[in-house]
Amino acid sequence: MMNPKTQNKVAIGTLYGIAGLVVLILMALLGYILVSGLPQLSWHFLTAPAKAFLKGGGVGIQLYNSFYLLILAMLISFPIALGAAIYLYEYAKDNWVTTTIRTAIEILSSLPSVVVGLFGFLFFVVKLNLGFSILSGAFALTFFNLPLLTRSIEDSLRTIDTTQREGGLALGLSRWETVTRVILPAAVPSILTGVILSAGRVFGEAAALIYTAGQSAPALDFTDWNPFNISSPLNPMRPAETLAVHIWKINSEGIMPDAKAISSGSSAVLVLAILLFNFAARYLGKRLYKRLTSA
Amino acid sequence: MKTTEQLEHQLKRHSKAAKLEIWGKFISFSALLLIVAVVVAIIGFVASKGLATFFSNHVSLWDFLSGKSWNPGVTDAHGKPEVGALPMIVGSFLITVLSAIVATPFAIGTAVFMNEISPNKGAKILQPVTELLVGIPSVVYGFIGLSVVVPVTRAIFGGSGFGILSGTCVLFVMILPTVTSMSVDALRAVPRYYREASLALGATQWQTIYKVVLRAATPGMMTAVVFGMARAFGEALAVQMVIGNAALMPGSLVDPASTLTSVLTTGIGNTVMGSLQNNALWSLALVLLLMSLVFNLIIRLIGRKGRLQ
Repeated sequence: MMNPKTQNKVAIGTLYGIAGLVVLILMALLGYILVSGLPQLSWHFLTAPAKAFLKGGGVGIQLYNSFYLLILAMLISFPIALGAAIYLYEYAKDNWVTTTIRTAIEILSSLPSVVVGLFGFLFFVVKLNLGFSILSGAFALTFFNLPLLTRSIEDSLRTIDTTQREGGLALGLSRWETVTRVILPAAVPSILTGVILSAGRVFGEAAALIYTAGQSAPALDFTDWNPFNISSPLNPMRPAETLAVHIWKINSEGIMPDAKAISSGSSAVLVLAILLFNFAARYLGKRLYKRLTSA
Repeated sequence: MKTTEQLEHQLKRHSKAAKLEIWGKFISFSALLLIVAVVVAIIGFVASKGLATFFSNHVSLWDFLSGKSWNPGVTDAHGKPEVGALPMIVGSFLITVLSAIVATPFAIGTAVFMNEISPNKGAKILQPVTELLVGIPSVVYGFIGLSVVVPVTRAIFGGSGFGILSGTCVLFVMILPTVTSMSVDALRAVPRYYREASLALGATQWQTIYKVVLRAATPGMMTAVVFGMARAFGEALAVQMVIGNAALMPGSLVDPASTLTSVLTTGIGNTVMGSLQNNALWSLALVLLLMSLVFNLIIRLIGRKGRLQ
């Protein structure tokens, strides 16, 4: 039996070792992504269309598709999540109906994204005949995003003091008016942080998209902004491979000669985008909080 | 001069605010119902498709769960289609359990370091790094697995390098940040006076951590690990890229194998809707869905037990 003091030293030394190793692994991972990816980045890489069989393609269309899908998915999921969160936190009584609903949301959040994607494929692509399209993809991403966004908005509502609600009600406002005029403005900074963080998740999602938004990126005409034209970037009915799907596809097909370089570059773009989302969430959250609350 | 009806109407009608209130409540409730409807629809659709293998194609459930050859287009010597899903089920479980076994000590060790030993360094270095890594897309993990882990495995163990071992390595790094940050939350929930009481009794820091803090945080830690396992089980692309995609019983950790998710991602686009090949894939999706429900249930049970203590 070791003396407790030696034991203490050994154990704490081991913990230092483990933590150091983990930092090393995580740093190596980030370092690898950035070191192998950053040299690939150039204006040409970020804007040129991909080439399937030749070297020197870019990821312009995929990058655009990623952002377009992200915005559409957010436009669809935000109002729904906001409404659901408001009802759950401000109206719902603590009974079995609420418990069941909460369980359903939890189940949705724990579903593997590939299952959500397959459902999207079955329902939107096949049953509703939307085909492999941005719209199908945006709906699949919405399902994937809804539970987490709802939870994060609900958490934001929870941070607002009950006295604010009592104040609103005491002034004779209805509950709904209290929520929209008093609670929501106060919760905007933290809601925004949650939205941006979930945007990062949506941006990198691929499994839910390969069978909904499709795996092809038809050429786009960036001068044609009529959403009804097939080559218009705004057309929601065209198939749209995103950046994350592109990485998966060129690596599993193995026909693109510079697949590795393109994937490295794309991975770096994805990671930089996530970094940017994280920083933006923190910065904007703080900034808005200062402005809106005069704190 | 107002008639009584007019007056009654005037008094009984809803005010503008009351109307708005009813509308608001109705709209926000509809949004909530929509989410529930989505969950019901997903489970309903996947179940109806997945069960078709057994009800319309008359494959026996036992053959599906215990059969070792997966080739739904081909019939075996007895004229039955070869839809044995055991290799994929074993692959999925093996990869999940192995990655959780490797990740748990690292995750808990790091969490303890961050929260108990050096909160300063934890907050400055580890916290932001883990937060960032939780958000890294799974295809990026898959790509790194493909370009780093697979060649290294190939160099050390020979063969193709694809297989359960590479998959485990990728999933280990992938679930590590998730499990770590959830473990940190569990440790944070342990009240400060537990530690103070233990130290005041003369326990060393390690004794306090081991005998008090970790014991108190066990339910939360277990939730974190199960959560990581659920994520590993459902992960599709990162695993599919490094596992080799051979629907065979894994003979060793470095042989190409497959998981439920990897077969789904590669197969669903190459089969015709409504055919047996396609239905069999949906059955795999159903297994995946049921497993995620099971993980959910386990997390709930742990939560309930943890609260009772």
